Amino acid sequence: MEIVLAFVIGGLYAAGIYMMLRRSLVKLLIGLGLLSHAANLLIFTAARLTRAESPVIPMDQQSLANAAADPLPQALILTAIVISFGVTAFALALSYSAYKSVRTDDLDKMKTTDNVNEMQEANP
Amino acid sequence: MNTLLVLPIIIPMLTGITALLAYKSRNAQRWLSVLGSAALLVSAVWLLIEVEHSGIRATQIGAWPAPFGITLVADLLSAIMVTLTGIIGFAVAIYSLATADPAHERFGFHQLYQFLLMGVCGAFLTGDLFNLYVWFEVMLMASFVLLALGGERGQMEGAIKYVTLNLMASAVFLAALGLLYGTVGTLNMADVANKTAAGLTAEQSGWMTTLSILFLIAFGIKAAVFPLFFWLPASYHTPPVAVSAVFAGLLTKVGVYALIRVFTLIFVQDTGFTHNLILVVAGFTMVTGVLGAVAQGEFRRVLSFHIISQIGYMVMGLGLFTPLALAGSVFYITHHIIVKTNLFLVSGVVKRLHGTLELKKLGGLYQLMPMLGILFLIPALSLAGIPPLSGFFAKLSLVQAGLENGAYFIVVVSLAVSLLTIFSMMKLWNEAFWKKSPTAEEVALPSLSKQQWAALLAPIAVLAAITVVIGLGASSTFALALRASEQLMDPSAYIQAVLEITP
Repeated sequence: MEIVLAFVIGGLYAAGIYMMLRRSLVKLLIGLGLLSHAANLLIFTAARLTRAESPVIPMDQQSLANAAADPLPQALILTAIVISFGVTAFALALSYSAYKSVRTDDLDKMKTTDNVNEMQEANP
Repeated sequence: MNTLLVLPIIIPMLTGITALLAYKSRNAQRWLSVLGSAALLVSAVWLLIEVEHSGIRATQIGAWPAPFGITLVADLLSAIMVTLTGIIGFAVAIYSLATADPAHERFGFHQLYQFLLMGVCGAFLTGDLFNLYVWFEVMLMASFVLLALGGERGQMEGAIKYVTLNLMASAVFLAALGLLYGTVGTLNMADVANKTAAGLTAEQSGWMTTLSILFLIAFGIKAAVFPLFFWLPASYHTPPVAVSAVFAGLLTKVGVYALIRVFTLIFVQDTGFTHNLILVVAGFTMVTGVLGAVAQGEFRRVLSFHIISQIGYMVMGLGLFTPLALAGSVFYITHHIIVKTNLFLVSGVVKRLHGTLELKKLGGLYQLMPMLGILFLIPALSLAGIPPLSGFFAKLSLVQAGLENGAYFIVVVSLAVSLLTIFSMMKLWNEAFWKKSPTAEEVALPSLSKQQWAALLAPIAVLAAITVVIGLGASSTFALALRASEQLMDPSAYIQAVLEITP
């Protein structure tokens, strides 16, 4: 199972980087989304996949009797998913308003802020 | 539970929420922001005194014992950083009384500003790596919106680059966290340090070196070191001046703080590889930053490139990895946060006077406002490292540490970069203040009320005074920095404070 997931994660990273290197703003956002999915799956896999019970201690006992799955990675992933959800929503809104002010989604045309002396003309 | 550690996080949060409730009244928001930042400064200074007096303080949130719960820790470095956050937070809150655009205020400038301060303080105080990730995101989210507030074309373009590269850094950080958890089974920094100090298997120590590079990349993007800094000069000159002043002072320094924290506490097994790599990175950062600055023709872009070059100095102290060198880094961070914010604030006044920051179109400011010229010269000379200002002593201790270590090359590089820094500061002085104004008509002083002038100039004057005071009282500041670096070099007290055990 780890092997399969390793390939899935690798594929997600590759696809994410590839999308980020395209010129389109929307593809950049898709790439970012794929990267964060890959990172989440990586946490899931790196923390060992165990087929075991959930770590709940029965009422009448003081400690876990059998081997149990580690719940922490899932808590971490859940937090990370929530954060990336919010961030992606913001990035979408940002790209929309960037499109409205630049009138293109070609990233190669969004470089006025990198030109040495033309900043003020672009940003009055 | 030690409330003092929670206060620097709670105060900005409560201020932000109260200001949200008062969103209809512009005045209420403004004064809440000033009051909140003042309270933050007071609590931060209190924390610094407490930590200085009675050693490292730690508190477990929700009374879950470490390493299971979230721990807040304040050693001297954290306390110093929180205090600097308080100083900058207060200064910029006052400054934005005169500069904040009503349209930006309607869209939550003051609230976002407070949440930004909360994120920064949280990142400085947390003792848990995953929690550090969360604070980074809190801080980034607030900074994203602050950067894009106003929606001008330049801001949008800058924000896209800033957002993309910072999210990329977060993804790398998250992946590194997952792998670290898989390797050592904990994310509490003190616990990780404890486990690695107790000995690692060969497989684990191989992992740790790989992970150290992942962390170096993640924090390196946030700290804007070579070759990961491209988001910074593309975006820092686009937002309103008050925003870029806070960014310039605090945000990259959170990255530097995180680097110092993990590379003194966790990744210290293979210093021959990791810390030498950091030293090389530091050299390139200094040189590329300053060369970038020399080529620029806009006030804030020059200053943005200087941030990068200065980050090189802070990282250089970490790369040398001796108590003196780390003390130099801590001193440098202290000096840099004050001075760099101050220079950005001056650029805001210049923009008020001239309506532009293009160096070609500026001029004659010294004639118009001699006082502003002096207030620019103090931080500018301090940045370049002219005695008796704070920058001189910061560079002196780094150079001394480099010579003691026999790292002559990096010392030569750092001194050469200082010369170029003077050159570039003199260019700003000549172009903006000294040469005659290129426009035919005389630039008149804008009609601002007395209070607005006070709100503009008082923070600049106070920050300039702090630079002078740090410089004149360098021995006491340096003693504090040295004690902070001794705590960093010997993490046993830190581990003991968090885990309540003797390692």
